Amino acid sequence: MMELLQTLQQTGLDLFGSAWLLIWTVVKIVLIVAPLMLGVAYLTLAERKVLGFMQIRPGPNRVGYWGLMQPIADGVKLLCKEIIIPTGANKFLFIAAPALALAPALAAWSVIPFDDGLILADVNAGLLFLLAMTSLGVYGIIIAGWASNSKYAFLGALRSAAQIVSYELAMGFALVCVLLAAQSMNLGEIVRGQQSDYGMFGWYWIPLFPMFVVYFIAGVAETNRSPFDMAEGESEIVAGFHVEYSGMGFALFFLAEYANMMLIATLTAVMFLGGWLNPFHGWPLIGALTDAIPGLFWMLGKMSLMLFFFLWFRATFPRYRYDQLMRLGWKVFIPLTLVWVVVVATWMQTPYWFW
Amino acid sequence: MNIETLFYLFAAVTVFAALCVITARNPLHAVLFLVLAFVSSSGIWLLLEAEFLAIALVLVYVGAVMVLFLFVVMMLDINIEQLRVGFLRWLPVGLLLAAVIGVQMVWVLGAPEISAGKTPVVHAADYSNTKELGRLIYTEYVYPFELAAVILLVAMVAAIALTLRRRRDAKRQDISQQVKVKKQDRLRIVSVPSASEAGVAQDVVVSGDHTAD
Repeated sequence: MMELLQTLQQTGLDLFGSAWLLIWTVVKIVLIVAPLMLGVAYLTLAERKVLGFMQIRPGPNRVGYWGLMQPIADGVKLLCKEIIIPTGANKFLFIAAPALALAPALAAWSVIPFDDGLILADVNAGLLFLLAMTSLGVYGIIIAGWASNSKYAFLGALRSAAQIVSYELAMGFALVCVLLAAQSMNLGEIVRGQQSDYGMFGWYWIPLFPMFVVYFIAGVAETNRSPFDMAEGESEIVAGFHVEYSGMGFALFFLAEYANMMLIATLTAVMFLGGWLNPFHGWPLIGALTDAIPGLFWMLGKMSLMLFFFLWFRATFPRYRYDQLMRLGWKVFIPLTLVWVVVVATWMQTPYWFW
Repeated sequence: MNIETLFYLFAAVTVFAALCVITARNPLHAVLFLVLAFVSSSGIWLLLEAEFLAIALVLVYVGAVMVLFLFVVMMLDINIEQLRVGFLRWLPVGLLLAAVIGVQMVWVLGAPEISAGKTPVVHAADYSNTKELGRLIYTEYVYPFELAAVILLVAMVAAIALTLRRRRDAKRQDISQQVKVKKQDRLRIVSVPSASEAGVAQDVVVSGDHTAD
């Protein structure tokens, strides 16, 4: 495999010269984005199936076996629909907003390590880059809400902006704990910092358990997912910021939301659940048996687990009220994370820090 | 594409965006152009290998501060015509300020430490700007840094204190009280005799009525 890659590199260099680096990077980007988009499509199906089973009904089962072609049918439907631009809407921003929502959600994937060394851009400040990219996603939502020239969309955008800015703080502090523990902002280093002979007990979810919970809940709020989906709030403001969008504009928002969900799930897996590491590594018998499984498998498994939590939340929790949401973010999560930063910092100075 | 071309590209975008901030008719467009200016100047910082500062600029200014700006600008009902009144009257003040800023910039950039034709030092690939910055902030410049942090904290507390007012007529919920509610406070279990215990005699009467109907 490596030899094949090397010969490919060599021929590429011979053929294209200095432009090869650019071409090769684009190839790598496609290799990340194409499975991601496919994953997003099937995540929507998984969501509907899981919701269906939790509510004792079959879910989509008409298009293809077990409804497996449903996402494709939905995609084709959305592609063919007419795009309607409301009167009085700011045309340029109205069209740019879905792209602004999707682009940061995809850009963030460039620093995610899928396996040891399997990463597009191995940057030192990877964690910081991720925080910056996730914080940019809110522009798509606000601009969409404003450019739509609709009260409902505008209200949804305002709710969402306040919500995302509030939860970003708690998220940032939770990540400060992770980088304290790992002593690095490089995501690969963070995963390697969790390697030990105790398998899953060496991961950061044990010493940073409150942060693990806070990060994931803040992530759910950050992606505007149920039970924090006030920005959509069908019963109050119809569909929130994307109420005026149709066809592909709507589809792009949909893609951005699910790509963001997958991103949060992946980040939780990387930072608290040991990324590509084997959960049984170093355990008697089972450790030796499972060590041969490639890291990508574990990574995808952990992602799927966290994604399942997203769907599970949606099926079981009622929507938060807006003041409760703000209270949770500002009065519960931020003090908790602030205290835990100090706790972790002092804990690491004692001899009882085992991670 | 070499670094210099990239620098001029980012610089041109920054200057263009900054000009648009003050010339845009719609205040919302002005805010968005300011975002563009921030992003492209963070690009320039990246070229200087200051990746921490570059990403922090995007994270703090674009990701948080400008979102709130946008938030406020969208909510305000700004009369653009009114904003343009008195443009000529305030022009001399503006020009004076611009001149002062220009002189300061020439002064700083013309200082012998900078203008001696120095180019930024190119570091090795394992050089971490973030680590270096952290080391400096927490060793050499720890007191100024702490001082700045405390001043910011005081400003934040003051801003909250200014806006904090208790309204007597507002209805509010005490969530801790809501959470503390016990079953006994809300629920009263009343023992109602069920049909089978209430006596067979009544039953017979009821069923008798039904058959009569």
